[in-house]
Amino acid sequence: MGHFDRALGRRRFLTALVAAPTLTVAARLGADALAPAAAGAVVPSPAQPADLTDFGDLMAAATAAETSLLVLQVTTDNRVVFQLPRAEVGQGVTTALAMIVAEELDARLSDVDTPLSDARSDMGLAQSTGGSTSVRSLWDPVRQVAAAARARLVTAAAQQWNVDANTLTTHDTAVWSPDGRSASYGSLSAAAAKVLVPAVSTAPKSTSAYTVVGQPTTRVDARDIVTGKARYALDQPVAGALPTVVARPPTINGTVVSYDASTAKTMPGVVAVTQIPTGIAVTAQTFGQAMDAKAALNITWGAGTIDSVSDSDIQGNLAAATPPLAPVLTPYVEGTFNFAFVSHAAMEVLTAVADVRSGSAEVWTATKSPTGAQSAVASAVGLSTNQVTLHVVRGGGSFGRRLFYEPAVEAAQVSKAIGRPVRLMWTRNDDMRHGRLRPRSYHRVRAGYALGNVTTYQHQMASVTVDFSGSDTGTLLANDGYASPTIGTAFFGISEACPYNFGVVTEALTEVTYKMHTGSWRSVYSALARTAEEIIVDELARAMGQDPVAFRLQFLKTDAERAVVSKVASAGNWGQAMAAGTAQGVGFHQEYRSRAACLVNIDCTTSTPRVTRAVLAVDVGRPVNPKGLQAQAMSGLMDGIATVLYAGNHLKNGAVVEGSYADFHYPRQATAPRQVDVYVLPATGSTPGGAGELCVPAAAAAVANAYARATGTKPRNFPINF
Amino acid sequence: MPTYTFTLNGRSVSVDAPSTMPMLWVLRDLLGVTGPKYGCGVGVCRACTSHLNGAAFTPCTTAVSDCAGKKVTTIEGLANGSTLHPVQQAWLDEDVAQCGYCQPGQIMAAAALLKSNKKPTDADIDAIQNVCRCGTYARIRAAIKRAAGE
Repeated sequence: MGHFDRALGRRRFLTALVAAPTLTVAARLGADALAPAAAGAVVPSPAQPADLTDFGDLMAAATAAETSLLVLQVTTDNRVVFQLPRAEVGQGVTTALAMIVAEELDARLSDVDTPLSDARSDMGLAQSTGGSTSVRSLWDPVRQVAAAARARLVTAAAQQWNVDANTLTTHDTAVWSPDGRSASYGSLSAAAAKVLVPAVSTAPKSTSAYTVVGQPTTRVDARDIVTGKARYALDQPVAGALPTVVARPPTINGTVVSYDASTAKTMPGVVAVTQIPTGIAVTAQTFGQAMDAKAALNITWGAGTIDSVSDSDIQGNLAAATPPLAPVLTPYVEGTFNFAFVSHAAMEVLTAVADVRSGSAEVWTATKSPTGAQSAVASAVGLSTNQVTLHVVRGGGSFGRRLFYEPAVEAAQVSKAIGRPVRLMWTRNDDMRHGRLRPRSYHRVRAGYALGNVTTYQHQMASVTVDFSGSDTGTLLANDGYASPTIGTAFFGISEACPYNFGVVTEALTEVTYKMHTGSWRSVYSALARTAEEIIVDELARAMGQDPVAFRLQFLKTDAERAVVSKVASAGNWGQAMAAGTAQGVGFHQEYRSRAACLVNIDCTTSTPRVTRAVLAVDVGRPVNPKGLQAQAMSGLMDGIATVLYAGNHLKNGAVVEGSYADFHYPRQATAPRQVDVYVLPATGSTPGGAGELCVPAAAAAVANAYARATGTKPRNFPINF
Repeated sequence: MPTYTFTLNGRSVSVDAPSTMPMLWVLRDLLGVTGPKYGCGVGVCRACTSHLNGAAFTPCTTAVSDCAGKKVTTIEGLANGSTLHPVQQAWLDEDVAQCGYCQPGQIMAAAALLKSNKKPTDADIDAIQNVCRCGTYARIRAAIKRAAGE
């Protein structure tokens, strides 16, 4: 370890040279305490907690607080390698972070690699992925580590050429002198590794000099994906890893009373049948044979944990648990809303490969909580954490699901029991019936108005408890003192805020716990609470004789918020004449230090309503990859359409009814809009806000409001076609 | 155990497998061809979509015996060497993929559509049933139109 650069930037991170034969620079995190971002305008509604500190601030603080190293390396073959301590599940962080590295280092994007870091117990919670925080939390330290590396490469070139370092420039992964000489970073790496005091500034460049960040950029893994080379957990070439599936109970959390595997064990290809805490695992030469043998098991199942519970019981209990709203003396609008359970239903089912041996284990899985998974595997098979190597591999979607890591634990249990490496897969039925669900929720909302102003806004939400335990999100909140009274209400407090000047605002969450598998689902509470709120906004506008867009422009708190609404209104031709049974609707959301608006056209003239056109505008403060941001907006749009119109899960006598995409109606081409336009607003600030979850609430609200206007109804129960 | 011979991505292969074994597991577990993905196993998500004698099929619901003597093409066999198929190139140009898991199936479905229908209408594209849970449908539509030369 050598020289430490002077601290720089809004958040300061010391960088350090790592003793290595080639240039390896690390951001030694933990250089200072994090100041919460400044509060926005709060008059006349006072600031709510989420206005002051949100989950992204906590995540950035955790990233900064860990005394671990973010490592960037320049290899002799001219590759720039940044070990990314995050999960890639489609949200595009490998591309966004490669762009940030390329920008600060003046490297070609094609020379930058961003492999996913193995679980690093030294990094702990700072390695978790969630809450739309990845770019936000890595922006400052990664820019600084790359800028420090560049300074050393320039210094090494100056020493070799015996010229003033300040006369040299960098581009295309090389240092250049005024006389036209150049040296690739790879050729300079060994010399740069010996530079203790850079001769040029180690400060990140000015945003005005950006040529990569802010440019629409194709995913760095796009070609691997379209050629079939992209490898998910089950595609990893782990020699001898045997296909394994698990017979699971008929109801949630049911247990094995007894089982007879005598027939299954005689079936072709079957290698082993193993009881694990969650069911009976069958291991075979192929998944087809494992599934056939699973079907031949004769299992007596004990009761589950909620066998007497169905949707109607939960809805009744949620309503009973919800505190009454205060009476208001003014005119008011109000509504009660119900949102069904929703599976994450990622395309790639839950999977893991595990090879447990005496004294060590190796695991491959897509998880957003790698250090949590590593320690869970260790304790499940009786090893210490440092005996478990956990490789984070790309995931086929998450939407919150991969905050948990059940398949890694199950695969390790089976591998230990049979002494062979295994590749374990949940079937689609497993995923939908025993996987996690966005909890059912119930909402009471009342807004009073007088003399052209909204004077009171009350929103009481009751939800089946979201399980944050076992995921890094929950641990992070608990560590930050948010454990009381519950993690869920704490998360609600730091994520939910009414963006409008609605006078006295009251918003609260009540949780009702059932022993079932829940989890945060893309945007957590916001796609529920904010959708209900945006429906009430439209109804307020109607009651007060105003246009929904004009009403939002009047009552939103900031110009930046009004800008995204104005953008979709103009680009979407708001107010255009619409045929009977069709209509437009708008929705707005701000969170993660970002803002989004959505406008949709809906056609309700058939029994399956269809959004025919959508326009979204997003302002993330500082766009890194506009193409990736557009992709996230389109994806959020589809989640809004899905959960408002079609996709939900029924709970009946302790079991989830739906078993696959045949009855869980996530949209397909025929129910997706044919025209979608996304406008990424130019940079309005110096730092990026979050984006992965941003558009779900705005889109869900726009769809619900368009449906209301097209049908003349007040939608209250979601999904509408259920 | 019977032996089945078929052409896989231009090469003749023989495999010993029970006659009813779904082609998805023959490809993935016996032959190590991992481009076709499992998403449901019952033919409703279509993530495994590949080509059988040039037409789209779902290996998860097709027995190995039904592929004997036929031409099987997976995503790995769609490009001509290092030259991408026009549909793959359109997918890059539109930056379609997000998580990427359904995209081999989406691309194979689109390539099969364009083979039989050079200028698909929006209604023709609506008929593609493949699920994309990331919701990339708008870019899929744009990429199909791009590949069709529109």
